[in-house]
Amino acid sequence: MKENRQELNRQLAQMLKGGVIMDVTTPEQARIAEEAGACAVMALERIPADIRAAGGVSRMSDPKMIRGIQEAVSIPVMAKCRIGHIAEAQILQAIEIDYIDESEVLSPADNIYHIDKTKFDVPFVCGAKNLGEALRRIAEGATMIRTKGEPGTGDVVQAVSHMRLMQSEIRRLVSMSEDELFEAAKQLQAPYELVKYVHENGKLPVVNFAAGGVATPADAALMMQLGAEGVFVGSGIFKSGNPQKRAAAIVQAVTNYQDAKLLAELSEDLGEAMVGINEQEIELLMAERGK
Amino acid sequence: MRVAVLALQGAFIEHEQMLQELGVETFEVRQLSDWQQPKDALIIPGGESTTQVRLLSSLGLLHPIRQAILEGLPVFGTCAGLILLAKEEDGQPRQGLCTMDIDVCRNAYGRQLGSFNATGHVSGIGEHLPMTFIRAPYIHRTLSSDVEILSEVDGHIVAVRQGHQLATAFHPELTTDHHLHQYFIQHIIPSAA
Repeated sequence: MKENRQELNRQLAQMLKGGVIMDVTTPEQARIAEEAGACAVMALERIPADIRAAGGVSRMSDPKMIRGIQEAVSIPVMAKCRIGHIAEAQILQAIEIDYIDESEVLSPADNIYHIDKTKFDVPFVCGAKNLGEALRRIAEGATMIRTKGEPGTGDVVQAVSHMRLMQSEIRRLVSMSEDELFEAAKQLQAPYELVKYVHENGKLPVVNFAAGGVATPADAALMMQLGAEGVFVGSGIFKSGNPQKRAAAIVQAVTNYQDAKLLAELSEDLGEAMVGINEQEIELLMAERGK
Repeated sequence: MRVAVLALQGAFIEHEQMLQELGVETFEVRQLSDWQQPKDALIIPGGESTTQVRLLSSLGLLHPIRQAILEGLPVFGTCAGLILLAKEEDGQPRQGLCTMDIDVCRNAYGRQLGSFNATGHVSGIGEHLPMTFIRAPYIHRTLSSDVEILSEVDGHIVAVRQGHQLATAFHPELTTDHHLHQYFIQHIIPSAA
C-alpha cells in the first residue's frame, strides 16, 4: 500500500510537468494565479522575500489560511513545513494538502534529520543543490525534487548552478561503467539503487523543477533550457508591478521556452520586476540548510 | 501515421513514448505553427485542465483545434484531456474544446489523498486493465445517445467513445499497458480516415 502511494505521488508530480507553481498568500492571489494558468499554488503566510526581510523564526502557515486557499481554487495546493518537523507535516497531511514542501525557506526544526517521508500518504517535494542531495531526499521518500535557488532574492544564479551541477553529475553517472557505480554511490553519499537508476535512465526517478530567484519569463525559459521540468515562482510574481500579466507571461514562457521571438513578446511591458538582491548582498544562504 | 500530442503542459512525454513504442510517429504541439503540420490524430494529455485551457486560448489554439475535431479529426483525451473535451461540468456549460456530449465532475475523488489505482474492464478493449486515477474526474452522465460508455469504476463512468473521440478519466500513459493506445490507433484513427 505504501509503495502504491509513493507511485501515485510521483505520478501527481508528472502531471505538474511543463507548469508553473506560484507562491500565494491569500485566496485572492490564489485565484489570480489559477486564472493566469498556474498548475499549482504554494500557500504560505509570507513570501520568501518578506521572510528574508522580517528575519526571526519562520514556521508552517496557519492551517486556516491554507484551507482558505484550498477552497478558493481547483488546482493542487501545496504548503511548506520546516525541515525535520514531523508534526507540522502531520498537520498538513490532516488538512489534505496535495503536496508538502519540506523547505529550507522556513527555519529548520532539525539540524541533522529530514522527515522520513515514506511514513506519509501525502507527497513531498524537497530542495537539492546537487545530485547527492537529490538522491538522499528521494531515498527518504520525496516524490519530487526542486533546486534550492536562493528564495526571495530575484537572483536566478543559484538555481542555475544547482541545475547545471545536477545535470552534469547525471551525465557523469551515465558515462560510468557498472563497476564504478559503487564508488560513485559512496562519493555521492546516496543509495546504490538510486545511483544505478540514474546511470540506466539518465534522469532522476522523480520530476525535477527549478526554484528560487525566478523573476521573469526569460528566467523561466532559461531554467527549462537547462533541463528543469517545470518552475516554481515565489516572490517574483506578487512582488512585481503587474502580477496578473507577469504570471501569465511566465506560464507561456515555460511552454514555449525555445521560441525566442515569442519570449520577446512575452517580456514586453510587464511593469516593474521584483527588486532583486545579489547573492553577495544576502546575509543568510538558505540553500545551506539541510543537506 | 502521424499523431499530434498537445504539449502545452502535463504528462505529454509519456503519451509520446507509448505511441513510439507502438511504432507511431508523433510531434508536439506547443503553438499554432506546430498545429498546422499534417496529422492523422490528436492526443490531449493529463495535467491541469485550467492551465491547458488558458494556454489553448492565449496561444490561439482553442478555435482551430475545436474546429478540426468537429470536422472529424480523431482525438484521445486522458484525465485533463477528457475535461477539455467535455461540453458540461456539473450540469453547466464549460469553457474548453467542448466537443463531447458528456457532463464531467472535476477532482471527483477529492485531493491527492483520493488518488488511487484500479483494474477494470473496458468494453471492446480489454479485461483487467490497470487504471491510474490522479486527482481524477469522472463523468456524471452522457448528454447524447452517440456516446458509448466503455467503462465504469465504482458506479462512475470513466471511459467513453463518441465516434472519433475517445476519453478516459484515468491515465493509461502512466502504465505499461498499451491496450487503449492500440485501440485508438487500430480502430478509431482508421475509421475516421
